[in-house]
Amino acid sequence: MSIQRLALSKFRGVIPGNPACSGCPHNIGLKIVGKTIGDKVILVVPAGCTSIISGYWPRSGLEFPILHVPFASAAAVASGLKAALESRGENGVVVVWSGDGGAADIGFATLSGAAVRNDDILVIVSDNEAYMNTGVQASGTTTWKALTTTSPVIGKTEEKKDIALIMLLHKVPYVATASIAYPTDLAEKIERAVSIRGFKLIHLHSPCPPGWRFDADKTIAIAKLAIETGAWILWEYNNGSFKISPQSKLYADKSKRKPLSEYLKMQGRFMHLTDEDIRGIENKIDENWKLILELEKYYSTKR
Amino acid sequence: MIRKALIGSHAIAMAVKLANVEVISAYPITPQTIIVEKIADMIERGELKAEYIRVESEHSALAVVYGASAGGSRVFTATSSHGLLYMYEMLWWVANSRLPVVMAVVTRSIGPPWNIHTDHQDVLSVRDSGWIIGFAENVQEVLDMTLQAYKISEDRRVLLPSIIALDGFILSHTSEPVVIPEPSEVNEWLPPRKPLPFKVEAGKFFAVGNLGPDDVTMELRWYIWRAMERAKYTINEVSLDYAKRFNTGSPAGLLETYRTTDAKYIAISMGSWSGDIKEAIDILRDEGYNVGLIRLRYIRPFPLEELRDTVSSAKALIVFDRAVSMGHQGILGMEVVSATNSKIPVKNIIAGLGGVDVSHHDFSNIIRGFIEEYESGLSIEWSIPEWYMPWMIKESEER
Repeated sequence: MSIQRLALSKFRGVIPGNPACSGCPHNIGLKIVGKTIGDKVILVVPAGCTSIISGYWPRSGLEFPILHVPFASAAAVASGLKAALESRGENGVVVVWSGDGGAADIGFATLSGAAVRNDDILVIVSDNEAYMNTGVQASGTTTWKALTTTSPVIGKTEEKKDIALIMLLHKVPYVATASIAYPTDLAEKIERAVSIRGFKLIHLHSPCPPGWRFDADKTIAIAKLAIETGAWILWEYNNGSFKISPQSKLYADKSKRKPLSEYLKMQGRFMHLTDEDIRGIENKIDENWKLILELEKYYSTKR
Repeated sequence: MIRKALIGSHAIAMAVKLANVEVISAYPITPQTIIVEKIADMIERGELKAEYIRVESEHSALAVVYGASAGGSRVFTATSSHGLLYMYEMLWWVANSRLPVVMAVVTRSIGPPWNIHTDHQDVLSVRDSGWIIGFAENVQEVLDMTLQAYKISEDRRVLLPSIIALDGFILSHTSEPVVIPEPSEVNEWLPPRKPLPFKVEAGKFFAVGNLGPDDVTMELRWYIWRAMERAKYTINEVSLDYAKRFNTGSPAGLLETYRTTDAKYIAISMGSWSGDIKEAIDILRDEGYNVGLIRLRYIRPFPLEELRDTVSSAKALIVFDRAVSMGHQGILGMEVVSATNSKIPVKNIIAGLGGVDVSHHDFSNIIRGFIEEYESGLSIEWSIPEWYMPWMIKESEER
């Protein structure tokens, strides 16, 4: 999907002036969801920032049909809703729009259950790497060393879990990573995902200005830097084919990557890092690249 | 109409089939499991056309039927004990969303220690959540109440979810002769669900459960409370209509009375052991005692008016409880004391927890003792409940 087609879409989805923080990545992601599949989508939203962004009754900050549901229930609600549509031959794309906590932590069993059943739903995990709606507490997907209000001085001491790879190993037909800084890539991934019957998941990198402590006008810049430094890798698994997306491909070569400190130094949550810590994060990123490249090789020889 | 020997679990499955349920979620827990196994069998044999979703937890079991009900389908799930507790959050979400979900709860004790046998602690711990809660006495009533639950929950005056409670093993695994209504007649009586109170659809902007002002939350609670009040009339209406149409022998209404017309002493109970209490009442009547039984068919909505009317000329009440509110009294005992405004002395017996079996001999001994205590002026000591312990049962058998 070209940027022109995205821009021409008349679907509003996200209403200007809704209660999202300035520079909120969820608004950007939801806008792209609306502009690609808005007319056929029903959103299922577990507790999280989007519960607020959706607005205060009787008004609405989002123009979608939405079921707001308890934190740990979203994928199961989506499965039931899709079953209801299917049992009566009705159309509708059921999309779980979830934060990282709702998908990878408290809602993980539910997510895993829906994936195992290969239920015909799309789950978009808008990952801002902490419990942001409750005020920036560390989650299972918070990066190593990041400062949060529950890891306020030395930072998170545990690893970030990779929810996209975990879901890939559920043997579902479609898993991809995406970034709010690359709208056409995200739009294309959404379109490809919903054309497939079965369980689909898109893990969306969503830098959060208040949570990561950067200025609200830097959301896109930071999301882009995550790609350019190799810290976030765009890839797509589609029915047996695993490919690093073109926007990330270049950075498989470490010499092409921007220095990691450029990305980290813009974020208050990493202000306390020593040079050794930065080298530590860099090693983790290198390891991740090795794994993703191996996976790409593995799936290409398999075919 | 046919007569067939069915266990309670299969009676539930039969009712689900007769009601043409469209989406079912299944998660196993003893003693509920055979309900969803039977339904799976019906679907795979092509006897029931429905979506069957095998979930990974009870929380998801209720979440799935919540989603399907929001999408306009008639739904069913079932659970017991810890499964019901694991659903707790979703129970409120379903009721507060006014979705007419129907669920069977096969009652079972809560651990530790692990125990798969019946008491009413599980289902009574959700009594404030906005679900209609019915208690069956026998397998016929299990089938009848489940069918009625769809009609009651989907009624536009009600629009609240329903639980049918049946005692674990005693009803769920015990075979009894059951009258099964004719499917064509049920179809006529229970047409497909209307998309009420709402149906989410693609392209139609509509948010369910979003943030709102505090006064809206309170207003919505008030609507639920009023719907519960209206449900009393709907339950009477639906169960009377059902009794007339299908003549299966189950009593209609929120409660059943047994030999209470001239009774000076009235026992109050719920669930399958009410059958044993009826036997005890017969024994005591033969001995010349003026006793009767009120069996609550529904604990929510609570049959306040009917209960007050029935006990209005009684001297004293004895309430048999299979669940207790730690730090206070038996749960049914508390309900009865509040319903009678403490105007009639109430003796509260806590018995049968963890599936401990209480026989009609025990009940007749307990009720005889209760009458003797009242007549010798000892009812003042009834302010705390009396625990009828297992070793007391052994004593009474020796006698």
